[in-house]
Amino acid sequence: MTRPLAGPAVPTAQERATRRRRTLVVLAVLAVGATAAFLTVGVTGSWDYALMMRSRRVAAMAVVAVAVAVSTVLFQTVTNNRILTPEIMGFDRLFVLIQTAGVFFLGAGAVTATDPRLRFAVEVVALVGFGALLYKTLFGRTERDVYVLVLLGVVLGAMFSSLTLLVSRLIDPNEFLTLQDLLFASFNTVDQQLLALSAVVVGAVVLGVYRLLPRLDVVALGRDTALGLGVEHRRVVNLALLAVAVLVAVATALVGPVTFLGLLVANLARQLLGTHRHAWVLPGAALLAVLALVGGQLVLEQVFGFNSALSIVINFVGGIVFIALLVREPRQ
Amino acid sequence: MTRSTVDAAPPPVSPPTEGRRRGVRRWHVAGALLLLLTASLASLFIGVSDLSPLDLLEPDEGQVRVFLVSRVPRLAAILLAGSAMAVAGLVMMSLTRNRFVSPQTAGTTEWVGLGIVVATLWFGGTSLIGKMAIATVFALVGTFFFVWLLRRIVLTDMIVVPLVGILLGGVVLAATMFLAYRFDLLQSLDAWMNGDFSGVLAGRYELLYLVLAATVVAYLYADRFSVAGMGESFAVNLGIAYTRVVTVGLVISSVVTAIVVVSVGSIPFLGLVVPNLVTLAMGDNLRRVLPVTALTGAAFVLVCDVLGRTIRAPYEIPVGTIGGVIGGVLFIALLLRARTKGAS
Repeated sequence: MTRPLAGPAVPTAQERATRRRRTLVVLAVLAVGATAAFLTVGVTGSWDYALMMRSRRVAAMAVVAVAVAVSTVLFQTVTNNRILTPEIMGFDRLFVLIQTAGVFFLGAGAVTATDPRLRFAVEVVALVGFGALLYKTLFGRTERDVYVLVLLGVVLGAMFSSLTLLVSRLIDPNEFLTLQDLLFASFNTVDQQLLALSAVVVGAVVLGVYRLLPRLDVVALGRDTALGLGVEHRRVVNLALLAVAVLVAVATALVGPVTFLGLLVANLARQLLGTHRHAWVLPGAALLAVLALVGGQLVLEQVFGFNSALSIVINFVGGIVFIALLVREPRQ
Repeated sequence: MTRSTVDAAPPPVSPPTEGRRRGVRRWHVAGALLLLLTASLASLFIGVSDLSPLDLLEPDEGQVRVFLVSRVPRLAAILLAGSAMAVAGLVMMSLTRNRFVSPQTAGTTEWVGLGIVVATLWFGGTSLIGKMAIATVFALVGTFFFVWLLRRIVLTDMIVVPLVGILLGGVVLAATMFLAYRFDLLQSLDAWMNGDFSGVLAGRYELLYLVLAATVVAYLYADRFSVAGMGESFAVNLGIAYTRVVTVGLVISSVVTAIVVVSVGSIPFLGLVVPNLVTLAMGDNLRRVLPVTALTGAAFVLVCDVLGRTIRAPYEIPVGTIGGVIGGVLFIALLLRARTKGAS
């Protein structure tokens, strides 16, 4: 908690803006550096091939990073809390469950025969609809009780996983293989078509969010204040939640659940930039997420020789940070 | 456990209700027993190889073998694991004075998993007993660490306690998965952790009888757990060796969790949901509640297992998966109910 007590030099707005800009530039440089290193370090043999493969993976990571960072910041704004993330609330597991249920009810053949773009659209709509319905019924009554929310989210997430497992056991073993291909896409095996589509979707959502920024800042002040200042609170919240659902769906569809990434980068971005203004926090969090994913993967691969254990590491670090946040959260 | 959360949290039971006396009548217990018996019979005669009760009158050799080597051990394992895990949850819930604390929400299960992986990797842990011993050590360390953490962070909200436990479990699980990933054990890890009785055969589950001993000890200590659950100062005033009683309780629940998870895997929410449901119906007198908790726990697992074996016969759905779904629904219902009641 940095509180400018009776310090002699309280930085002016200008100075703070300069410092924040500098922070963002540093982050951007680091992110670009990590990307460049990821593309080039340790290439042996054909450069063309290596670059092509690696750039596809980097692109997937960047799309996921932006999606996770933006969705987390938005979610924290509308829920007015900095320890909630869509992933902790079980949104990503819900998406996996929807996909599994799709294969179960329609059959793997029908699912794979469908245009991936159409499939994706249907899944996102189902996620938004079902998620909104579920979370509204569950959370409507206990709107302000964050702890119940988080616990419910954690349990729901676990339950969705169990349900997914259950449904996948009901599926014909042959069809299950198809499903596995659908579900356990990793950065290494991202479908090119889906990647391009996802990039477009994330770009569009981010553009839309950009226009919401000033109103989001007001919404972050709380419902009553926002209404008092003449912002249609409900509308902004609904729009933001829609954006969150789409972004989570994209990220999960691309690489599967990465639970704690958003929590890490959103909080770190606020800390580094010393502000809650979305115009600063969103790009900061996105850059941090790129840095975490690409840099983390780079370190894991080049230093430790691992292939895809990054989400495990993120969950490890993220879990510890989350506990620290919970413990330090001021209590009423 | 002074000044902790634990003392600050409201007592887990509601005071004796006015007017209508709640309590479980004898016929409730009789009904539960009957249900358990029916499900047990069902469990004995469900399976890939046909075996009907009539066959036992004039059995051929194969049928006897199936019955004695597979069906009976499986039923025994289910009853032992289900009752012991429910009792372990009850003990933890009572000692921490928090109705959302159980081996599954304190991270004990995940510590056992870490122990299993460590045993497999570095102790050539082929023997089940060795694995169990190491897993027990990990469970003890993890459980005591959780309690220590609770004491250090003075939390006012009783919901935060299980939340911290679940997340701690997540961190431990991530560490376990990292090790498993590193040494190519991910698949076996999944098989170990997800509760599943399909591998239970005569000769492969007998260590589970150890949990019976732990449950008996829990019963003998029941009154002391009840008193300890009222807080340290209260317990000390009544002449209870508070620390020792708490230690015994945590050791029992750790040991039971370790043995059950090593033998058959984890059954999510079991230690959490069953004690809650039973204490909701019967109040908090541990000595009275404990036998019913054990019964209900066994019945819960048995029903999950029978469901898992019938839904998609001849394939089998692990009991951990079924339990995760049913237990999750029940837990969410409990959580919402507790909150609505607390708020009003």
